[in-house]
Amino acid sequence: MGGSFTVNHLIYLLQGMMWTVVLSALAFALGGVAGFGVMLMRTARTRLLRQISFVYVQLIQGTPLLIVLFVVYFGLGVVGIELPPLLAAGVSLMVYSSAFLGEIWRGCVEAVPRTQWEASECLALTRWQTLVDVILPQAARIATPPTVGFLVQVMKSTSLASVVGFVELTRAAQVVNNSLFTPFLVFGIAGVLYFALCYPLSRWSRSLERKLNVGRRQAA
Amino acid sequence: MKYNFDFASLQEYWPEFLRGALMTLEMTVIACVFGLVIGVLCAIGRRGKRKWLATLCGAYVEIVRNTPYLIQIFFIFFGLASAGLKLPIFAAAVLTMVFNVGAYTAEIVRAGMDTIHPGQIEAAEALGLSTPQIYWDVILRPSLERVYPSLSGQFVLMMLSSSVTSQISAEELTGVANSVQSESFRSFETFIVVAVLYFGMAMMLKFAFHLFGQAIFPRRRRLGTPL
Amino acid sequence: MSAVVKLHDIHKSFGSVEVLKGVSFEIAKGEVVAIIGRSGSGKSTALRCINRLETIQSGTLEVCGHRIDNEAVDLRALRQDVGMVFQSYNLFPHLTVEENITLAPRRVKKLANRDARALALESLQRVGLAEKIDAYPEQLSGGQQQRVAIARSLAMQPKVMLFDEVTSALDPQLTGEVLRVMETLARGGMTMVVVTHEMAFARRVANRVIFMHQGKVWETGPGDMLADPKTPELRDFISNGL
Repeated sequence: MGGSFTVNHLIYLLQGMMWTVVLSALAFALGGVAGFGVMLMRTARTRLLRQISFVYVQLIQGTPLLIVLFVVYFGLGVVGIELPPLLAAGVSLMVYSSAFLGEIWRGCVEAVPRTQWEASECLALTRWQTLVDVILPQAARIATPPTVGFLVQVMKSTSLASVVGFVELTRAAQVVNNSLFTPFLVFGIAGVLYFALCYPLSRWSRSLERKLNVGRRQAA
Repeated sequence: MKYNFDFASLQEYWPEFLRGALMTLEMTVIACVFGLVIGVLCAIGRRGKRKWLATLCGAYVEIVRNTPYLIQIFFIFFGLASAGLKLPIFAAAVLTMVFNVGAYTAEIVRAGMDTIHPGQIEAAEALGLSTPQIYWDVILRPSLERVYPSLSGQFVLMMLSSSVTSQISAEELTGVANSVQSESFRSFETFIVVAVLYFGMAMMLKFAFHLFGQAIFPRRRRLGTPL
Repeated sequence: MSAVVKLHDIHKSFGSVEVLKGVSFEIAKGEVVAIIGRSGSGKSTALRCINRLETIQSGTLEVCGHRIDNEAVDLRALRQDVGMVFQSYNLFPHLTVEENITLAPRRVKKLANRDARALALESLQRVGLAEKIDAYPEQLSGGQQQRVAIARSLAMQPKVMLFDEVTSALDPQLTGEVLRVMETLARGGMTMVVVTHEMAFARRVANRVIFMHQGKVWETGPGDMLADPKTPELRDFISNGL
């Protein structure tokens, strides 16, 4: 113990921060793809698909992310797949994001008036053509603010990857604190760095939402 | 590769799981009660005329909402310890939960208050109600009824997030799971069992909030429609 | 003349409420039929059954040679033959007028992109809105939006066109332009089924008027029948307006 906070410590934290960004991007990209699938299933015409995806969403949203992470980490371990911590964390965050994004996007798809489906149907468009050409472009506008908002959620959640030993920002802060034992300073700096990542996104999400609301009020 | 599940060897640990689950619920209930109080005060503070108070409350909400809970836990728990204040782990864990959920609650309550039409407040003023009376009867009660679904959803999320307090060795459900898996060497099974327990608790909590909502909002109970 | 639309003894319920209680009528090629009646008389539901936006419980339904009262019907083939215009226009707000009109021809009929603009222009000329080809729906008045919706439907070259209270959402001064477009279509030989509250239009343009009441075809005849109603219900409906 002992010693004081140096530039090297800061560089170490910044490296951790970079891994936080990498993990967030990975989780968001994978979760986005899987979440799109969840959204398709949640809005499918086949009842069974809707039920399966409903149960999936309920299960994931009703379980702590930390537990999902442990299940993935230990589960794949005992089945013989030795995942590097980055991938274990990435897979867990993908599962977690897919449930939440799928549910957010389902809400946006359902917010597009039923009559748009009807009009497309009357023009002999298939369900898939209707979705791609008519519904999704309109849903995307509504979906942007909450999706950006959820990105903040993902970014904060990556801190849990520290628990399985992946050296991102939180883990880096723990390592530095273990040698210096100045928790207010070290975790304070880590907090500031997280804030620097998340706050702009939060602001962006809110301004997008305001613009959307103004647009809607004018249209009405 | 084949894996033989062995849930039987976990049977002897069920009292441990039960104790952990109860502690999780206990922590959640305390955190929600105090979090609600802080959230409401903070939401009022942000609307108030005192600029410095509004800024302070706003900063608190933004800081909490834009940093990970785990960092908040480490900051508070290790920070206080280094400053010489050694709290019992249970108290420290609940303190971090209150700190965290208070900010989210503040944001939800504020959104609810924003939906109250200015005409309502003018009408109350015209009837001669005092400011605290207006806040309680005309602003707060309908706001809380309106945001009750988001609020209870947030509290369920808090219950799930409380698993993170295992990282400062709180003996709640996840903490228990950690010690059970290191004793039994059945990590996978342990966390599956715990996942199921959390899921059950989340469902239970949702149902409890539903009943509670029926009890405290008579309009909702009688009409069954959202306000 | 052969019938393009044949309804025979159609029954339709929403839950326990029976809205169509044995509706039968036929519409010949080139005929313009106006369906009138109070709200709740089942007139819009009958119209929506014709292109299977609603499924029926019993009866037989044949449209443009498609038997559509069974489950196995090819809905996309049916809808290429039947155009529909809605009360609320239902234009796609994120697409320009041109894209609104050419989306279905490009996707369904595989129209080449280079031919799309010509088709859009041709359809728009029929509703007198060629200059709005690059506008977005929100830049148009209600009457203009409804005319674009008609052009969108025309671009699929349907054999029958269904109009579901297409002027009901419009301000009175805007209904004229839409009715004039419909009248031109009628004179051009389009087979049309028009659910409407516009009595003058029904009288002047329709070859035949169907008065629906309580889920049944109550009275039917040429446009002149509105001047000389036989049933007390129709007399009551005409004198009390809607």
